[in-house]
Amino acid sequence: MTAHEKLSMAQALNRALRDSLSDDPTVVVFGEDVGPLGGVFRVTDGLTAEFGEDRCFDTPLAESGIVGVAVGMAMNGMRPVVEMQFDAFAYPAFEQIVSHVAKMRNRTRGKVALPMVIRIPYAGGIGGVEHHCDSSEAYYVHTPGLHVVTPSTPADAYTLLRESIASDDPVVFLEPKKLYWTKEEVELGVKPPSIGRAVVRREGTDATLIAYGPSVPIALEAAEVADREGRSLQVVDLRSIVPFDDETVAAAVRSTGRAVVVAEAAGFASVSSEIVARVTERCFHSLAAPIRRVTGFDIPYPPPKYEHLHLPGVDRVLDAVDDLQWEDS
Amino acid sequence: MTGDADHLLPSDSPVTLIDANGHPVADAGRALPDEAALRRALASLITARRLNDQAYALVRQGRLAVYPSSHGQEACQVAAAQVLDEGDWLFPTYRDTVAAVERGVDPVEALTLLKGDWHCGWDPYEHRVAPHATPLATQLPHAVGVAHAARLRGEPTVVMALCGDGGTSEGDFHEAMNFAAVLKAPVVFLIQNNEYAISVPLARQTAAPSLAHKGVGYGIPGERVDGNDVAALLSVLDSAVAKARAGEGPQLVEAHTYRMQAHTNADDATRYRDAADVDAWVGRDPITRLSAYLSIDESAFRAEAERVAEHVRDGLNRDVEPEPALLFEHVYARPTPQLREQAAQLADEIEREVASR
Ligand SMILES: Cc1ncc(C[n+]2csc(CCOP(=O)(O)OP(=O)(O)O)c2C)c(N)n1
Ligand SMILES: [Mg+2]
Repeated sequence: MTAHEKLSMAQALNRALRDSLSDDPTVVVFGEDVGPLGGVFRVTDGLTAEFGEDRCFDTPLAESGIVGVAVGMAMNGMRPVVEMQFDAFAYPAFEQIVSHVAKMRNRTRGKVALPMVIRIPYAGGIGGVEHHCDSSEAYYVHTPGLHVVTPSTPADAYTLLRESIASDDPVVFLEPKKLYWTKEEVELGVKPPSIGRAVVRREGTDATLIAYGPSVPIALEAAEVADREGRSLQVVDLRSIVPFDDETVAAAVRSTGRAVVVAEAAGFASVSSEIVARVTERCFHSLAAPIRRVTGFDIPYPPPKYEHLHLPGVDRVLDAVDDLQWEDS
Repeated sequence: MTGDADHLLPSDSPVTLIDANGHPVADAGRALPDEAALRRALASLITARRLNDQAYALVRQGRLAVYPSSHGQEACQVAAAQVLDEGDWLFPTYRDTVAAVERGVDPVEALTLLKGDWHCGWDPYEHRVAPHATPLATQLPHAVGVAHAARLRGEPTVVMALCGDGGTSEGDFHEAMNFAAVLKAPVVFLIQNNEYAISVPLARQTAAPSLAHKGVGYGIPGERVDGNDVAALLSVLDSAVAKARAGEGPQLVEAHTYRMQAHTNADDATRYRDAADVDAWVGRDPITRLSAYLSIDESAFRAEAERVAEHVRDGLNRDVEPEPALLFEHVYARPTPQLREQAAQLADEIEREVASR
């Protein structure tokens, strides 16, 4: 199927679920309020009506139970796609994710695979109150056995989710909730694999901005502004944090010799730290300056009225770019 | 919603069909399993005891890291496996090695985890036995998921999910019971109440009238059974499995038994319980009472038990050379580029070490 349509990210995700449910009778969708309501972000809108209660259903409020039941269903021939209502409400499922979802294949020497997807709306920027805005990716990426992906565009959201559902490995699918409503022309069709592949979103020659999920639009905007100021910034969108695309990222940084990592999560012991370490190990001799990070502060996610102070913004990104030891400064 | 909970309540006292002296209990309200079934159970009990004690000995010989024995709980182990059909599933805890073996898992493979050769030693699909679960109660939601998937496909599968008394305090016990009830999943939850969770007695675990009463809160019928009476266990579990298979939803069974030995070899039970408490249970042993009832000399079954013990000794005394590549092979369906790099690094280290010898 190939069609061009203008879709928001939430609609693209909905399409991906619908198309997966249609194509594969073993796909089942469940979680809190995902049935008749269609999920609090409407990502599962209409699925119960179209596919019936057995294929898309509401569960009791119990995140460990949701993920644990998905493990059992995946052990027994199904491809469950479960929704955690918000980032911070996935924490009750942490033990299941870390001790079972991530380890089953390894524990059983490949005998038991867990083809399942855990969808988690994450990160801030929507004026949400506490427990609704966490950037929890570091917890998952630190756990061997999980794939962790995060789209920044509706088109990628569609492709990545289709691919995640088809994957024989468990995938933690992080959905930047502030991007749910951004729309773009989406070509719904078979795409080259995107799990494990970063993509260069904007070409540039002076420095590379490395971002993922909710921070990609910030990086793109910063590149736009920098361009007007005479500086050409390249933007790399990771899309897939695990597996990590060292090749694309390192090639990008080598091509410019300077880099800034942009991410919402607290910077300490984070995905951004890992990126800096990996790129430095690989590109040391191509670097004209130490890689800078623009991240959230090392604080609990702040209240809505403080959010703008915390989130990496265009100015902070440009300041970091200015700091990259340019010869003429 | 109905307000009526009476039909969910367990019997006032645990169901017993054969008492500790080997006498049939009058007016038990349930028929005894037939003699062939009881003879088969006795044979398995004797093998099970031998396996427990052999494994315990292998720890002392340094062949196993540790062994959480089900010595004294063999009736639960044997009955849990024997009431299942081939297409059913068993979800064991770390203490349920014997149940896994009774279901068909090779005892050497069942001990792989504790031998240290790998985590799960068997193919869970071969006998439909899930890997040993060590994080308490976390296997219970999996059992519900397996059962629900089978139900969606219209398969007659029933899942036997094992749990200890201490494990019932975990959140996953609650979540699994609730999910199973809401989904009407064909799961039989069997709690082996052996009165202790390592050092902590049941009174510190719950204020419920019994663990079987916990079913009421979920709309799951609960029953209590003498966990050292294999006849009662076979009868009660058989009914529970039949109800679950017939679409009546999940069932909860609490078996009253006792942990005769320390939690594992690494534990010192004298620090928290008296020898007299343990002695009181010696007379309720599941094997002596059944052989008394059947008037069978246990020695008739010794040969098979010894054969299994020998097989275990052979297997455990055989060293398996670790395969370094295995560390990376099954983390994902296909190793990531990073894991390929790390595997190559390790292989290179080993090669250089060998070359330098
Ligand atoms: C989540 C979790 N917490 C703690 C432990 C450590 N632990 C192992 S066994 C055990 C006692 C469990 O008692 P019970 O459920 O009664 O089972 P039993 O050992 O008596 O068979 C504890 C606390 C664990 N394995 N998992
Ligand atoms: Mg116990």
